[in-house]
Amino acid sequence: MDTTSTVERVSATGIISDTIRTNFLNADYGIKSWLLTKDHKRIAILYLISITVFFMIGGAFAAMIRMELITPEADVFTSEAYNKVFTTHGIMMVFFFLIPSIPATLGNFLVPVMVGARDLAFPRINLLSWYIYVIGGLFTLTALVLGGVDTGWTFYTPYSSTYSNGYVMLTGIGIFITGFSSILTGLNFIVTVHKMRAPGLGWFRLPLFVWANYAASLIMVLGTPVVAIGIVMIALERGLGLGIFDPRLGGDPVLFQHIFWFYSHPAVYIMILPGMGVVSEIMACFSRRHIFGYKFIAFSSLGIAIIGFLVWGHHMFVSGQSSYAGIVFSLFTFIVAVPSAIKVFNWTATMHKGRIVYSTPMMYALGFIGLFLVGGLTGLFCASLGVDIHIHDTYFIVAHFHYVMVGGSVMAYLGGIHFWWPKMTGRMYPEGWGRFSALLVFVGFNLTFFPQFIAGYLGMPRRYHVYPPEFQIYNVLSSGGALVLGIGFMIPLIYLFWSLKYGEKAGPNPWRAAGLEWETTSPPPTFNFDYQPVVDHEPYNYSEIDARSSATVSTHSVQEEQHV
Amino acid sequence: MSDAAHNSLVAHQFDDARQQQEAATVGMWTFLITEIMFFGGLILAYMIYRNQFAESFHAASRVLDVWVGCFNTCVLLVSSLTMALGVRAAQMGDRKKLVLFIIATMIFGAAFLGVKAYEYAEKFEHHLVPGPTFHFHGVPGHEHAPNAEIFFSLYFAMTGVHALHMIVGLGLMTWLLRKSIKGTFSKDYYNPVEICGLYWHFVDIVWIFLYPLLYLIDRS
Ligand SMILES: [Cu+2]
Repeated sequence: MDTTSTVERVSATGIISDTIRTNFLNADYGIKSWLLTKDHKRIAILYLISITVFFMIGGAFAAMIRMELITPEADVFTSEAYNKVFTTHGIMMVFFFLIPSIPATLGNFLVPVMVGARDLAFPRINLLSWYIYVIGGLFTLTALVLGGVDTGWTFYTPYSSTYSNGYVMLTGIGIFITGFSSILTGLNFIVTVHKMRAPGLGWFRLPLFVWANYAASLIMVLGTPVVAIGIVMIALERGLGLGIFDPRLGGDPVLFQHIFWFYSHPAVYIMILPGMGVVSEIMACFSRRHIFGYKFIAFSSLGIAIIGFLVWGHHMFVSGQSSYAGIVFSLFTFIVAVPSAIKVFNWTATMHKGRIVYSTPMMYALGFIGLFLVGGLTGLFCASLGVDIHIHDTYFIVAHFHYVMVGGSVMAYLGGIHFWWPKMTGRMYPEGWGRFSALLVFVGFNLTFFPQFIAGYLGMPRRYHVYPPEFQIYNVLSSGGALVLGIGFMIPLIYLFWSLKYGEKAGPNPWRAAGLEWETTSPPPTFNFDYQPVVDHEPYNYSEIDARSSATVSTHSVQEEQHV
Repeated sequence: MSDAAHNSLVAHQFDDARQQQEAATVGMWTFLITEIMFFGGLILAYMIYRNQFAESFHAASRVLDVWVGCFNTCVLLVSSLTMALGVRAAQMGDRKKLVLFIIATMIFGAAFLGVKAYEYAEKFEHHLVPGPTFHFHGVPGHEHAPNAEIFFSLYFAMTGVHALHMIVGLGLMTWLLRKSIKGTFSKDYYNPVEICGLYWHFVDIVWIFLYPLLYLIDRS
């Protein structure tokens, strides 16, 4: 290996080297060096920028929904326009933000570093996946500009295949294309984890973030092609007049729902599993303890990925599927909650008797646990056959899945962005603002979505923009909360930008965290390490790290002030 | 990072040729699992409707020319043989044979697509393409076939998606051909030939399932 490296290895105690060294950001400048890069870290940044754009588009449409719903009458939109607004919100958030969010940004950046590799197994395919994502996004945006689509993000037939006047084809093509970016990312992760681990890095020494992304990759590889063929069948039906779901020919529209949810339920785990991985890392670091039940957390990720494929019918309890099928799907849905609960118990046990540091990432992680708990437990209401008949297609469902997807995935995503921001950019974000906005997001989120549980339970249906006046109070609360939530999301956007120039220099390991990614410099060099990393210890060895660093004097003040 | 162990045929992210080869192979197998799930959606639809509309499916299946399908199956099997021989030639470092076998594979692949195009054209002539012009009144002995249009929808969807995979395969073969004429492959570096071969065999195997599902369901 390269032994004539200009800078000596910086020790893990957080001493910052002043030498300006070559890293993946300053290795090369110019637009071409970014658009043709094969460096997984640069591709992660490209993804980060593009998913942020889609998040803002999806967020703008959420704002429109909340604006319309302030009063019981139709104020801003016609029914058709409102259908298009909530459809666009769903499509943008699900396919273009949530699914790629953690895997394509943090996963892309961290998985190779965490396994001690120079890059993912297939860097060119990795770049291709970003281009595919962008092209798919452009198709969908084109459909949006031309007039949008009104089928809901679920594209139920026969409305989508026959009757809808929206740009179903164009949107479908966009989502189909984007699906391949997710397949390619998953494929790259699977091969990288199997074949590229550093010497000494056995499977049970892998960070739990890697386990979680591995499990999510399995779903991306096994599930995405199924929804892809479903979209192809709709396209063939709409475009070429083939009739696979057409009831006129004897076709079964519910078959589409089966195919759609076979992917789209596990897709929830594509969103949440990597988030759970992030939380495991943060939880161990800021409790300064070895993660409790490492193997349980690792295997529960795989358990969720596998059982998650057996529960899709819980979206179809009232679609006319056999009631015996309903019972089985209900049972499996209860079972899939078990591995999720195992994780929550293990995180709680990790914190027990830990020296908890309330840093921004930790606040997001704690928020994740609380909100995911509510989202998960209300999921059991939805999974109960009898209760679901009452709450199906009401705001109760809307609140439930937002607690999982936003309260879960987005909180974890933001926590992860803050946790690894120093590693990605070499700069610290402003801690005070970080904590403030984490709190704002938590409060705003609950204010937005908790009233929806009540409104839904009392019978307010989803996807309507005109509603009985007795629900107005809940909707006003919800819209007010959305404003707070929106501000909570804007603040990090501003200060993270600001920190790129003015943030304090981070040093290799500002959190005194365990893991290979903290052993290299911040930001890492193009090939991640200046030496071949070798792993000779167990993961999450926080007691060792703290014992070692209490002997030396930490020069980095950020942690000191955080010890509460 | 200039590592002595790195020669130009090993990409920078890999330690050695063996790791590179293993990664590529695992990658291709993972991709093929994706492909199985992709075709799986169509086969699921097929299973459900065949079970539901057995009569119509039997009648409609009889319209397909079993011998043309049989011929095409043989063509594809031979192309798999030439592909396998091509991989063997690459492993032995025999450039001339490699080029020859790739060309043979491409010819057989193209022949398959040609026959498929002929079959499609015939369906258009006989109004067997789903849509407003479709009409099908059964075959002797199987006059009652109210749901035959679904069969033909699936026929076109399944064979169409398969044909698309064949076209991609031909693209890969063209790429391999160019590289092997340039002499890129040798005894030490033949991995791309191997993994393209995997893909080709997979597409072949899909047809081995499609042929009986579509052509042979009522031929006692
Ligand atoms: Cu579900």
